[in-house]
Amino acid sequence: MRAFSYEKPADVAAAARAAEADGAKFIAGGTNLLDLMKLEIETPAHLIDVNGLGLDEITETEDGGLRIGTLVSNTDLLADIRTRRDYPVLTRALAAGASGQLRNKATTGGNLLQRTRCPYFYDTAMPCNKREPGSGCGALTEGAFSRQLGIIGTSDACIATHPSDMAVAMRVLDATVETVTPTGMTRRIALEDLHLLPGDTPEIETALMPGELITHVSLPAPVGGTQAYHKARDRASYAFALVSVALIRQPDGTGRVALGGIAPKPWRSDAADAEVPNGARAVMANLLEGARPTEENAFKITLAERTLAAMLAEE
Amino acid sequence: MQFTEPAGQNLFDNARIVGRPAHRIDGPLKVTGTAPYAHERHDVVPGQLYGYPVVAGISHGRITAMDAESARNAPGVRGVVTTLEIEPLGIWDYNVARLFGGDVIEHYHQAIAVVVAESFEQARAAAALIEVDYEEGDPADYDLDAAFERLEGTGEPGTMVGDVDGAFRDAAAVVDQMYHTPSESHQMMEPFASIVDWSDGENMTVWTSNQMIEWNRQALATNFGIEPDSIRVESPYVGGGFGGKLWLRADEVLAALGSRAVGAPVRLAIPRPMMMNNSTHRSATVQRIRLAADADGRLQGIWHEAASHSLPGGRGENATAQTPFFYASPALRVQHHIVEMPLPEASDMRAPGEASGLMALEIAMDEMAETLGMDPVQLRIINDTQVNPSNPEQDFSDRHFVECLERGAEAFGWSERNETPGGRREGQWLIGHGMAGAYRGAPTLASGATVRLSGGQLVVETDMTDIGTGSYTILAQTAAECLGLPLDAVEVRLANSAYPVSSGSGGQFGAASSTAGVYAACIGLREQIAEQLGVDDLEFREGRVTGGDTDMALADLEGELEATDTMEWGEFKQDYVLATFGAHFVEVGVHVGTGEIRLRRMLAVADAGRILNPITARSQVIGGMTMGVGAALSEEMALDSGRGFFANHDLAGYEVAVHADIPEQEVIFLDTLDAISTPLKAKGVGELGICGVAAAVANAVYNAAGVRVRDYPVTLDKFIDQLPEV
Repeated sequence: MRAFSYEKPADVAAAARAAEADGAKFIAGGTNLLDLMKLEIETPAHLIDVNGLGLDEITETEDGGLRIGTLVSNTDLLADIRTRRDYPVLTRALAAGASGQLRNKATTGGNLLQRTRCPYFYDTAMPCNKREPGSGCGALTEGAFSRQLGIIGTSDACIATHPSDMAVAMRVLDATVETVTPTGMTRRIALEDLHLLPGDTPEIETALMPGELITHVSLPAPVGGTQAYHKARDRASYAFALVSVALIRQPDGTGRVALGGIAPKPWRSDAADAEVPNGARAVMANLLEGARPTEENAFKITLAERTLAAMLAEE
Repeated sequence: MQFTEPAGQNLFDNARIVGRPAHRIDGPLKVTGTAPYAHERHDVVPGQLYGYPVVAGISHGRITAMDAESARNAPGVRGVVTTLEIEPLGIWDYNVARLFGGDVIEHYHQAIAVVVAESFEQARAAAALIEVDYEEGDPADYDLDAAFERLEGTGEPGTMVGDVDGAFRDAAAVVDQMYHTPSESHQMMEPFASIVDWSDGENMTVWTSNQMIEWNRQALATNFGIEPDSIRVESPYVGGGFGGKLWLRADEVLAALGSRAVGAPVRLAIPRPMMMNNSTHRSATVQRIRLAADADGRLQGIWHEAASHSLPGGRGENATAQTPFFYASPALRVQHHIVEMPLPEASDMRAPGEASGLMALEIAMDEMAETLGMDPVQLRIINDTQVNPSNPEQDFSDRHFVECLERGAEAFGWSERNETPGGRREGQWLIGHGMAGAYRGAPTLASGATVRLSGGQLVVETDMTDIGTGSYTILAQTAAECLGLPLDAVEVRLANSAYPVSSGSGGQFGAASSTAGVYAACIGLREQIAEQLGVDDLEFREGRVTGGDTDMALADLEGELEATDTMEWGEFKQDYVLATFGAHFVEVGVHVGTGEIRLRRMLAVADAGRILNPITARSQVIGGMTMGVGAALSEEMALDSGRGFFANHDLAGYEVAVHADIPEQEVIFLDTLDAISTPLKAKGVGELGICGVAAAVANAVYNAAGVRVRDYPVTLDKFIDQLPEV
């Protein structure tokens, strides 16, 4: 871990201003950032501790939705009666993530911004375009270990996945992220547009500008239906998804589907949603069209389809 | 004391303490966080500094240059030692990888420097500043399958009995399949960690976490070319070892070199992400098993050929270890090939050999049962043997495998299972049952102890270790039994090189050997008491000694009495095969859509001689079962065969079983006694618990879903395309 300076501003405006400093980074729960700093994968010169900013409340919006402060912990979001009642796909996704201890520390904004768990990203002796642009992708060479990695939305420069469960549920719920920039400007970004595909620049992971702070995540009014989240994994708990499926299905057979564990961002498309009445095969033919798996992770295509099929059959 | 003939009736046959459940003596220390584990022993020596390792970023080759200048000048840094400054260290008997010194890299994450600083954070930050230039070695071949194909049928089989070709020619049923087990990592909870004080470059004191105190001292002496007598080693608490801590590892070596360089004691732990490639592991195996049976299911031939990887000169993982002994067969051909690869050192992990071998053999037996249309329990019963199949002149010392199978089948409700693969479904779960036999050798090693009696309190000292197994407790029970004292009148002190040399903990030899060593010392003490009192035939009971005209409290004996002895093992034991036996039964659910596998219940039946303490023994067996579930379903060191290293080298990537994976576990101990084994008629049980578990799970998956996976771990990607339509 490199030496860094630290401050804990008292309000959002001060935090935003502080973010202008070179090499500044926000820290909330620290469940991912601290690990990455110990390995010198992240080397911020300055940490801005946002835990004193409030932003830890869940409020109801005028249009009947929920506005979740960025510092609401995964545990608190999971326990909130409004989430449980109106957005069960989200509580199920949250419950499937990490461990109880981590969920106590992990925050809503931090969860969205956690970085990939690709083993080549984590091993600083290995090439990784995300960690060290231009060094190559360690996971795409002959004999590399790629079982957990992405099958779609990836590029020749990077096949890492976004590891969040919560984000997959938020994507299927059409969540919106609210931010503030160092100059005090606020804006709203659809969750769909928050995470970027790697292309030639896998080091650029989100649409956030330098120093831009997520303050809230908003959920639209509840959409009802039957909501489910299935995280397929090798062990029963405390493992990243091989494939996860978030499903909302309406009584008329229409619905929405988002996938986790397969792409650099929660994976969903309107065209695939439109196929929900036609079953899992039709949905996945659309949603996973153009997938480019490795030999080791091609099973994720079958797994995604079968997981959804099982969820549809469950009702 | 020499153990020269089978144990007769002795004090353990009327035991009041040995064999009874006793909670572990060290439990309160552990649950209150006050047991002194190596890295937290702040009080043992003042002025401790922090060491941090630097490890190689290539799999093999040499270092052409290292620049440690920035690290030396970094804040708080007191010293840096690089491998280029040190002559290659010696290599001790049972190891093959060099731990430090010189420019040669033999494996990924080999230690190449240590930074010593005033704080942990300073040492770690400075370590990241060291720059290394490498010359990579020639590309290596990591294809164990291809190596097996090349080697199959070559060389001399380790066991060759009867007419194997004839057996297969005339067989009514044949199984012939390939099986694969992956490399596995010990991943004990406490990492390799040590404090070493070698400040004066002469006398070395080591506070570490190790299974084998005397081996450790000898290995340190060999590595550094110094006298064993100048080295003192302590390891009173060990947070798991599983064979990973049988050896001297880089934590001690780097802390020692750092300490000598800066003239102060140094503490160092190997960080979790370095453990997998820096230390040893269980090698992957490729196994071909051929079974021939007659129409009644009696095995006529067993042909087991396996390969594993190793650095040059190493042992690999001999997956055929059990095959010459387990099942009756007039013809046997058994062979293990070692394939050299520049990977981290392959070495022993819990039940080395049998754990991997039974993962394959016990699937093959399930396949044979199916081929014959026979109950797999029955197939094993009719192929039991009371003599060594590879040397029929030799008897087993005590073998109750059939009883394990029968007791287990009854307790588990085996007869009520669905016999048709894929034939039982509950909602979206396919339910299946599987079983497997278990076999593990029961060796004993010489083991010594000192006992000291004063004021009715007994102190036991031995360099035996407690690696979470319960040694403190069973040794206290043994001593209390021998002297007729209550358990709380005995204090056990372990794992210090100042104490008599014991067996140490490994190969499931620890409990049987070390309790015998304590028994030997206690008998010596009893003789002294008899001599002091002038009475020949004394009875020790309830804190009193009685006999002749004597009836007095041990507390009233004069002065301090002390006895030291070592139990040594007579040659008569070699006339027998000593082993432990078991049977595992499991119920699994396989998700019909995703192929996810979840355990539903598990039962183990164990035949391991006298069970010294049913609580600690049960913990050992359920721990083994848990590790077996990991081996069955998720544990795999993922080899990057392009680069020659294990890529998933942390606990997020290497998935051991977690609480949610483990269902109801039940253990039944057969009430057996092995008089050939030790005076306590005991054998080890800690490794038996893992043997066969994974195959029972794989067989249950077959029964549940009709998919036969012969390639561990049994993960959904290997069979999802064979599942029925959702």
